[in-house]
Amino acid sequence: MSFMSKSPWVIHYDASSCNGCDIEVLATLCPGFDAERFGVINTGNPKHADIFLVTGSVNSRNIHVIREIYNQMPEPKAVIACGCCACEGGVFHDCYNVIGGVDRAIPVDVYAPGCAVRPEALIDAIVEAEKVLEEKYEAMKKGEHAPVIPLDAPVLKKGA
Amino acid sequence: MGKATIIPFGPQHPVLPEPLHLDLVVEDEKVIEAVPQIGFIHRGLEKLTETRDYNQFIYIAERICGICAVGHSLGYAETVEGLMGLEVPKRASYLRVILHEMSRIHSHMLWMGLAADAFGFESLFMHCWRLRERVLDLFEAMTGGRVILSAVRVGGMVRDQDAATLAHVQEVLEGIKDEYHEICRAFLNDSSVRSRLVGVGVIEHDDAVNLGMVGPFARASNVVNDVRCKEAGAYAELSDFTPITSTDCDCYARVEVRAKEILQSIDIIEEMIARIPEGPVFEKPKGSPADGAMACGALEQPRGECYYYAQGNGTKYLQRMRMRTPTSMNLAGMAAALKGCDLADVNMIVLTIDPCISCTER
Repeated sequence: MSFMSKSPWVIHYDASSCNGCDIEVLATLCPGFDAERFGVINTGNPKHADIFLVTGSVNSRNIHVIREIYNQMPEPKAVIACGCCACEGGVFHDCYNVIGGVDRAIPVDVYAPGCAVRPEALIDAIVEAEKVLEEKYEAMKKGEHAPVIPLDAPVLKKGA
Repeated sequence: MGKATIIPFGPQHPVLPEPLHLDLVVEDEKVIEAVPQIGFIHRGLEKLTETRDYNQFIYIAERICGICAVGHSLGYAETVEGLMGLEVPKRASYLRVILHEMSRIHSHMLWMGLAADAFGFESLFMHCWRLRERVLDLFEAMTGGRVILSAVRVGGMVRDQDAATLAHVQEVLEGIKDEYHEICRAFLNDSSVRSRLVGVGVIEHDDAVNLGMVGPFARASNVVNDVRCKEAGAYAELSDFTPITSTDCDCYARVEVRAKEILQSIDIIEEMIARIPEGPVFEKPKGSPADGAMACGALEQPRGECYYYAQGNGTKYLQRMRMRTPTSMNLAGMAAALKGCDLADVNMIVLTIDPCISCTER
């Protein structure tokens, strides 16, 4: 795996997931699937993280928390939507308190579907995100930067 | 004595897999008061009963919480079966208990891992999760899913398990038992672990009763409170069931109760597998819940007693579905346990109630 040359650190936030994807995110990093062997370490501090793993859908109470974490992450950064709910709302898409997938709050780079998302899919998504990070690093050198999203910005367009 | 300061804890915090916000009122290093704030993951699932019929809703009920997925689908199915006066085949109720107890094992191992992480013992965390992975492999062999199983449905089970699979379950659990004893020794006898747990977050028996605590959190304060001894479903056929309690009332007692419950669950599963009767596993429900019919159900989830209430309206949609989850009962106990503790012990005490926020907020 030539593109797995770096060791991305991840930060995880549970937006409004049912826990199924959260424990699969942790299981990915634990023995059995062991993404830590690639140097993928779970950090609690957004300023240490390269990849943002979001599980669950966005609602009006947590949209500013997601944006806050995203804005605090240093560049280059990648966002992975873990699970069907994070991709587009999943089984909860028509709940009154669900706005939609994570792409309604912040730009998403990789979608990892599944209910609950399987650890294999997550490892795959992290490898994809590594490629995205390389691209963004190149773009950064040319002066292109990730957007800063104001906490009270309107909801983004679907799939933007 | 310093001035009181408010320290925010969460919603994004390394020790919490789920968003829970606490306002900690702190004087020097002592917590005077903890004010929990919830609502970050409210989805509004109960309202979905209006657009999903009672057979479809079981898939939503499972997704109330991914850790106690079997528990919620089982509690919902039992309540709706009560509503419709449906008798579940014997073999199905045995299989339900087997899966439910397996999910208790995986939930408690998950919790013990997180607790080990909270007191800074990362290799123990990894060992707990390594062992838990075997239970998930069993789930995958039995149902195809790792955390969301879709195994229970109203009227029975989705599929039967053959004798070879059940023998395999027994064999793997027997193997887990041996390795688990080693992990248990680290949790219960290690002096550095004990120094983090003994005497931390004490809730006396009377306070536990007054605060309405449930589950292992209450049993660690010597409250005998386990719905499994009410003998619903296949639990009635168990030869012997004594709830595990402790008189220490502190964080150590809560670890001890859960550690022993894993072994108890393995014993229950072994007895169920030994005595499982032959027969069908599904009885097709006919018609719809009657107008105005009401039913309640209670179930011992890994985190404690969970109540379900369902009301019919003569159509295939339920009029109302409501549940009261163990964590919502335990939050008051958590706030009481946090009062007067050291700031460094906050994450340990928050974890010992085994908070499941997505159950609570739904």
